[in-house]
Amino acid sequence: MATLEIKDLHVEIDGKEILKGVNLTINTNEIHAIMGPNGTGKSTLASAIMGHPKYEVTSGEIILDGENVLEMEVDERAQAGLFLAMQYPSEIPGVTNADFLRSAINARREEGQEISLMKFIRELDKTMEFLEMPEEMSQRYLNEGFSGGEKKRNEILQMMMIKPTFGILDEIDSGLDIDALKVVSKGINEMRGEGFGCLMITHYQRLLNYITPDHVHVMMQGKVVKSGGAELAQRLEAEGYEWIKAELGIQDTDVVTEEA
Amino acid sequence: MTVETKLALSVEEVRSFSQNNAEPAAFTDFRVNAMEKAAELDLPKPDRTNIKKWNFIDFANHTVESAPFASLEELPEEVKAVVDTEKQENLYIQRNNTPAFVKVSEELKNKGVIFTDIQTAIRDHKDLVEKYFMTTAVKVDEHKLTAYHAALVNGGIFVYVPRNVVIEEPLQVVFLNDNAEASLFNHVLLVAEESSAVTYVETYISTFEEAKGQVNVVTEVIAKDNAQVTFGAVDNLAHGYTAYVNRRGHAQRDAKIDWALGLMTNSDTIYENTTNLIGDNSTSDFKMVTVGSGDQKLNFTTLIRQWGKNSDGQILKHGVMKDKAQSIFNGIGHIMHGGTKANAEQESRVLMLSEGARGDANPILLIDEDDVTAGHAASVGRVDPTQLYYLMSRGISKQEAERLVIHGFLAPVVAQLPIEGVKKQLTEVIERKVR
Repeated sequence: MATLEIKDLHVEIDGKEILKGVNLTINTNEIHAIMGPNGTGKSTLASAIMGHPKYEVTSGEIILDGENVLEMEVDERAQAGLFLAMQYPSEIPGVTNADFLRSAINARREEGQEISLMKFIRELDKTMEFLEMPEEMSQRYLNEGFSGGEKKRNEILQMMMIKPTFGILDEIDSGLDIDALKVVSKGINEMRGEGFGCLMITHYQRLLNYITPDHVHVMMQGKVVKSGGAELAQRLEAEGYEWIKAELGIQDTDVVTEEA
Repeated sequence: MTVETKLALSVEEVRSFSQNNAEPAAFTDFRVNAMEKAAELDLPKPDRTNIKKWNFIDFANHTVESAPFASLEELPEEVKAVVDTEKQENLYIQRNNTPAFVKVSEELKNKGVIFTDIQTAIRDHKDLVEKYFMTTAVKVDEHKLTAYHAALVNGGIFVYVPRNVVIEEPLQVVFLNDNAEASLFNHVLLVAEESSAVTYVETYISTFEEAKGQVNVVTEVIAKDNAQVTFGAVDNLAHGYTAYVNRRGHAQRDAKIDWALGLMTNSDTIYENTTNLIGDNSTSDFKMVTVGSGDQKLNFTTLIRQWGKNSDGQILKHGVMKDKAQSIFNGIGHIMHGGTKANAEQESRVLMLSEGARGDANPILLIDEDDVTAGHAASVGRVDPTQLYYLMSRGISKQEAERLVIHGFLAPVVAQLPIEGVKKQLTEVIERKVR
């Protein structure tokens, strides 16, 4: 079993504090969902875990199986087993999806131990078929001209090919039509199991109709303010967030500005 | 204003060079006349690059003697890398100023295709040379460097594709530059008659580091009605030249001239690329990539001038600048009066890899007609940190991520080159230069 621990994490962007002490522990074989109103720091948490250069961790810890993640470069974090499905994946013209994926897979292998081209193609074909992606998408330039739904599918394709220990999904469901949402969920459910832990960030309860979380957390004002099981998400869907504010005596409803 | 310049050869030397090569008297006169003009004419004035102090003129030797290659086995490794010696049916190799190897298939000969060095063409295809050599695409008296070129031409190739002849496989030309003393006054003349089609790919290779000669290349591509020409080139000459490289197209009705140029020469260079879309429905798709390094000064002026109704001109230029390289990317789409429904598009992008490098993209649209469409995009910047973050978040190292972004940025032209060896060579040159 692997564990990702986030301890009292404080994060600033451009001098403004967004995360104000986040605590969270995720094990493999668990799916966690983070919900919360807009601008409460959910995406900031995802970006800080992956090491986005714009986000500055001012205090706290992120520990992956005893290793200090905050001391790692972005690529080292990925190699240690972290994966972030981004809300807005970058477009890289001139680099085909297939070439990029092979580079990503080989990056975590020793020199001389690279995946064979045949094996790679077999696996890629199989995974793309599973995600109902047309074959030609492997030869298109990475995310260039992809629709919103295609980009999200492509993020899941990468996750399934790279097989990380922990997948962090930043609003993987935003802007997806129901067919695409089903496919994306199918991919995530396929990953579910012994060697995989997942942190899903979402605005919408709908995603959780397709992927049943083991734990649900609510973030407000830069902190995890409430945690529970799948039933918490259902109550949020039915009643909104006001009752949590009332319960916890949160007066200030102003939300902090959240950067993508 | 007349600028007196002392040229490297006298008019008499030009005359005897021509006579020693047994050129027709008319061509000797042509050279002599051009040399007289070269003395009087001014240098060209590439926009935003001041070349008044550049020395395009002096050289120690006009021509050098090199040994030809008796067989393909004798080719140096650098040439073998770009030529598929088993498959390539039509091949010309020039070594410095010497035609060193030529192979033309029987099929092309039977169809009347001419694929021969320019010296032979001047002697053996007098009428065609007289008709097209610096008469239609490039004129002798445009400026000092065109005149100097006409007077001193000492190499190059003549390609003539008769009416209705479609050449399926690319013609390949390699200009091997293995003598640092050599000066290349190469002339490429490609004439595609009505409804013909040809793909031509040339490679310039230097095998030494520091040159002591001059480079003054003029290329003329003439596409008659309904002809299709695809022109690929990889220039990879050494440091030390003051190079003038002019590639120009002349497209008649329904004709197409597409360019894919990998401009990797290490010298200060003025690149002038003009395509004249004369006829209705004529099109040109111009693509170039470049990597500037060291203290190179570069000017890439690309102009598509459109007279033809419904003509389409596309310009795409991607450049990577490192070290202290300085570059100007002028892109001009010019729709002339009468060119209704014409479309002119251009995109120039420059990626800077170091503080000391400079790249200016200068897009210009000149429109003298109402009913047209046109657009341009230009950007100069660094490798996007968000792109690097994205790639690195998949476990790819920063160095490899940068490499991927740069290769991707230059891919539009690499993908376009129709000969595998040349494509591979360009990829390797890019790899070496951006490292």
